[in-house]
Amino acid sequence: MPLSDIDEVIVTNSLTKVYPGGVRAVDGLDLSVRRGEIFGLLGPNGAGKTTTAGMLTTRVIPTSGEALVGGIDVVRHPTAAKQVIGVVPQTNTLDRALSVSENLYFHGRYFGMNKSTARAETSRLLDQFRLADRADVVVDSLSGGMAQRLMVARAIMHRPAILFLDEPTAGLDPQSRIALWDILGELHVDGQTILLTTHYMEEADALCNRVAIIDHGKLLALDTPRQLKQSVGIDAMVTVTAAGDLDQLATVLGESISAATSVEAVDGHVRVWVRQLSGVLPAIIEAAERNGFAVSDLSSTEPTLETVFISLTGKELRE
Amino acid sequence: MTIAPTASSTPEFASSTRTATRKAFMALFLRDLAVLRKQLGQFLPRTLLQPFLLVFVFTYVFPKIGQGVGGTTGGEAQFSTMLVAGVVGLAIMFQGIQSVALPMVQEFGYTREIEDRVLAPMPVSLVAMEKVASGAFNGLFAALLVFPIAAIVPATPVHLAIDWPVLLTLTPLACFMCGALGLAFGTIFDSRTVPLLFGIVVLPLTFLGAIYYPWKSLEAIPWLQVLVLVNPLVYMCEGFRAALTNVGHMSLLVVYPVMIAFSALFTWVGIRNFKRRVLS
Ligand SMILES: Nc1ncnc2c1ncn2[C@@H]1O[C@H](COP(=O)(O)OP(=O)(O)OP(=O)(O)O)[C@@H](O)[C@H]1O
Ligand SMILES: [Mg+2]
Repeated sequence: MPLSDIDEVIVTNSLTKVYPGGVRAVDGLDLSVRRGEIFGLLGPNGAGKTTTAGMLTTRVIPTSGEALVGGIDVVRHPTAAKQVIGVVPQTNTLDRALSVSENLYFHGRYFGMNKSTARAETSRLLDQFRLADRADVVVDSLSGGMAQRLMVARAIMHRPAILFLDEPTAGLDPQSRIALWDILGELHVDGQTILLTTHYMEEADALCNRVAIIDHGKLLALDTPRQLKQSVGIDAMVTVTAAGDLDQLATVLGESISAATSVEAVDGHVRVWVRQLSGVLPAIIEAAERNGFAVSDLSSTEPTLETVFISLTGKELRE
Repeated sequence: MTIAPTASSTPEFASSTRTATRKAFMALFLRDLAVLRKQLGQFLPRTLLQPFLLVFVFTYVFPKIGQGVGGTTGGEAQFSTMLVAGVVGLAIMFQGIQSVALPMVQEFGYTREIEDRVLAPMPVSLVAMEKVASGAFNGLFAALLVFPIAAIVPATPVHLAIDWPVLLTLTPLACFMCGALGLAFGTIFDSRTVPLLFGIVVLPLTFLGAIYYPWKSLEAIPWLQVLVLVNPLVYMCEGFRAALTNVGHMSLLVVYPVMIAFSALFTWVGIRNFKRRVLS
């Protein structure tokens, strides 16, 4: 079946990796990633994210189970699989013997481009990733953010059906992280299927269409960030700023807002966690004013995936 | 070299992966050539200086200052002739170490940049074989550069007697063997143990590699003559002695098979270790 007809571009069936020494890094993982989505593997350190990405990208040999990328079995046909994937590993694997532009040029050649195509693609990508002024420097002199951009440019150069990124923003400063998110967002708009691993829940939340939460190599939950957050019974956290006795306001809101699951007064605000956000904001204002409170500010934030992780495992995802 | 279809190829993918593999292999080789060209400023001194000093001191300085070398069996002229083969062999072996083993230890270093090349669309074993091929090429290049030094620098005349069939078959074999030796060493040693490579492996290989004396002359020390037979450099230098000069040498019926066997051994060990280290 041609690649363009496959809708589930990554499929794993009971994928398992037991390292020599007995560590069950990945334990019976069933995933399916759809064409064009940004799919996140979210989990704490040691959850098995790199091992999963490693198996999907032919570098880790599964102990049992099956993994298909673009319909190709990665164990039986690693060379064919490598043709359809692009990989940004967790560590900087740029070729230190080559310059920035040569890293791209030779990558293109490894993937079968002829001289002139590789040259043209190199200069196009250098522009697109704002690296043109660094074209001839050695890669060791790049900042972390630039090196990461170059790794992404290199990984998409041969137009892979699936782009893998392992902790792409770990160790980047906030600006570089946002810049990389923007790049991934643009690739997504262009239809690029992306699988990324991360232990930053905001990253998974901000970027991913769907997120698989894993821990100890097991899949704990798989859904859109929104659904995952709804699954813990909370839709939003509403922060109410008002003058007066906030403890009393908290009691009032707790009694009159039926969607509220918990209400507390903290730091000069009242926080209301609600199952369903729709209709809640006007109800809060109405209830507050009926009881003589003047609301000066009202904001709602969705609960984070952190909340979801805590409810699934009872422990926190550490940054 | 030709690229065999991998065991994992099935008709479904075979033709597209075979083309991809061939192109990736060539591109990796081009990459190594580009690196060689960029680093020519290092390559030349590190390739030329050692043989130059060797030849200069033993065959120019010593005769001039009246210090004898070459033992009682041969004169000075015979020594400089005898040394040609050793210098060429040494240059090829050093390329195996310098252009394959040392970069590989670095690429396996803590960021594992080797993973990038392992992701090229080709079987992992051929990524390793490409290193052997590029080491062999560097060895050939070094041999061509070094040969004139060994033939021209000595103060006493060098008597060359080139046996072309032997030279044209032995040179590629020697270059391949040393490329494979580089692969094996590059995958056996890591960044912590690599200082030992020079201290306890390369040093004895070179001093006991029949570079400075023909293997036959070790008859005087029978236990040593037997012991050095584990050294692949011995066969290579003896082979070059046969190819380049009339100096007495080990039988070619021994040289060729043993060099082929060493090549196979180093390739097997190298590919096995390489796979173990890039695949987990
Ligand atoms: N090559 C290996 N040999 C043995 N054990 C390993 C190996 N690689 C990983 N492990 C173990 O497997 C488990 C999962 O590791 P993995 O690197 O996949 O986790 P991760 O989710 O990527 O973590 P991190 O966020 O730290 O990158 C860990 O317990 C780790 O120690
Ligand atoms: Mg990891």
